[in-house]
Amino acid sequence: MADMTANRESVTVTTYRESVAEGIAREMRRDPTVVCLGEDIGAAEGVFKTTVGLFKEFGPRRVWDTPISEQAIVGAAMGAAMTGLRPVAEIMFSDFLACCWDYLANEIPKVRYMTGGQLSVPLVVRTANGGGLGFGAQHSQAVENWAFTVPGLKVVAPSTPADVVGLMASAIRSDDPVVFFEHKGLFASKGPAAPPDHVVPLGEAAVVRSGTDVTLVALASTVPVALAAAEALAAEGVSVEVIDLRCLVPLDMRTVLESVQRTSRLVIVEENPYQGGWGGTVASIVADEGFELLDAPIRRVAAACVPLPFADALEDQVIPTVSTVTEAVRRLAAY
Amino acid sequence: MTDLIDLYERMAIIRRTEKAAQDLFLAGLIKGTTHLAAGHEAVAVGANDALRADDYVFATYRGHHHAIARGATPEECLAELMSKATGICKAKGGSMHLTKADANMLGSYAIVGSHLPMAVGAAWSATLRGTDQVAVAFFGDGATNIGAFHEALNLAAVWRLPVLFVCENNLYMEYTPIGSVTAVANPAADRAPAYGLPAEVIDGNDVLVVRDAVARAAQRARDGGGPTVLEARTYRHYGHSRTDPAKYRPEDEVRQWLERDPLTLARAKLLEQGVPEEEIAERDAHAERVVAAAVDAAKSAPDADPREAFTDVWADGSATWRT
Repeated sequence: MADMTANRESVTVTTYRESVAEGIAREMRRDPTVVCLGEDIGAAEGVFKTTVGLFKEFGPRRVWDTPISEQAIVGAAMGAAMTGLRPVAEIMFSDFLACCWDYLANEIPKVRYMTGGQLSVPLVVRTANGGGLGFGAQHSQAVENWAFTVPGLKVVAPSTPADVVGLMASAIRSDDPVVFFEHKGLFASKGPAAPPDHVVPLGEAAVVRSGTDVTLVALASTVPVALAAAEALAAEGVSVEVIDLRCLVPLDMRTVLESVQRTSRLVIVEENPYQGGWGGTVASIVADEGFELLDAPIRRVAAACVPLPFADALEDQVIPTVSTVTEAVRRLAAY
Repeated sequence: MTDLIDLYERMAIIRRTEKAAQDLFLAGLIKGTTHLAAGHEAVAVGANDALRADDYVFATYRGHHHAIARGATPEECLAELMSKATGICKAKGGSMHLTKADANMLGSYAIVGSHLPMAVGAAWSATLRGTDQVAVAFFGDGATNIGAFHEALNLAAVWRLPVLFVCENNLYMEYTPIGSVTAVANPAADRAPAYGLPAEVIDGNDVLVVRDAVARAAQRARDGGGPTVLEARTYRHYGHSRTDPAKYRPEDEVRQWLERDPLTLARAKLLEQGVPEEEIAERDAHAERVVAAAVDAAKSAPDADPREAFTDVWADGSATWRT
């Protein structure tokens, strides 16, 4: 009977959006030094409703509404992190990271190193990333590659509700700074809720579908796209393995290389632009360390190198879709 | 409260350390750049004497004086500048990033204005942890025209945090007179009223004036009175950086400020108090000996270990970013 109860609990379904608040709340309950700050996160419970319940449960002393001051938000989080707190700062849209980029590029990732290890900044910067909702060029970008260019930042981008909770736990408990990309297009998506005490270590990719012909490497929003493409291709007799990287730093290349060893073919699916996208690094490592494993060129399906357009019909041209990914895999399988 | 003669000695040690840094730079033993704080000693020494050991201090790339005032030794600072293994930051920081975290001197930051929000965050942290610590951000006049200054003042005011914003106004934003690029006469103090904050323009070359002003502001902050802006008027003895001869400064202005050198002012006050000249001379000689020994020790220290390039990126000490 106990097992059946456990099974029933494990299939409880929740949303990605609710899992963000749940993941933060779990850490705030277990560690009184975890505090939140950001625009509209408190009484208003977040513009994306990703902080619902936090203000009510933890009060204004641990959930702070800030002015629209991205530099002050992230700079203050850094100062608090150096002095005994574990701040979780929200930058409402990832596009706005550009407004406080100094802290993410020059300050937070450098301060431990440039002080010879004297200082530590255990903080999380959470942000709503990516397109698909028709917000236009300044509210739709997938900018995980911005963070990926900076040595000293850990970069997390979950694709499922349970991973949101499990990776949030690791991010907040980490003594390193973490940029946590929540995908706007996934907020309404549903999946099994995280079990109690769920922790997903940083830097462990997940093989979310096994296959033998082609490896698809995906992240956040491109994971459901890759899974849908894999399903369509299965009907054509192409067996696709899908890897959800879950983190860009640490980057789990071992899982990618092991998969390529089985399939000999690799397609990388990114929402950030092809130009400077993270897939370029994944491809270069596979080319460098796994060249003999490959039977075909590495393909990258990434966003086009244009600003994100507003209309759905235009946006669909720019961001990878199930049909563009399916076509890329189909062609590579026939190579 | 420390006797003026002891404050004088601390300032003398900083002055000689800066002179040594300049000499070592010109001799090719320090690479990169330096931004020397000779002339600014009274701000660091006066403020430090008004603060507690558990208060937080954030400084800029012109920050040698704050590191030493807070307890860093001239030897570990000069060793850092000289790329030695014994440097205060293991030779990974250099002149612009001197840090003494175990004395709550939480870094020297070289992106102008960036550390003001950090000081706000440290003050926020103190409040949340229920301590009565204060946080102090020292910054130059040039920082008052950057966004982070204004965001920090507003947030600190709105949250009524125990933070002191101390501007070292040395009249020049790098090579440009601050007055020619700023809409108000007192670049820090005149902005404070816009954020509902109290402000004071003080003589930054008089160590006792600085100490008194910082002590008042710190007490107000500890009592829940919120932030204060202090604008300490002072002057650089060297140029902006490296070998800048600062030819853009009028000779009259330089002469007038050198007459008001913080060491000269402190010496005059000591003599007024009846301290014998010989005692002051002995303090000068002591500072001379301390810094000469520091130079010798730094010179003979081992060079930075190349393996250190790959430590201290992550909390586990490693630089590993992938499997």
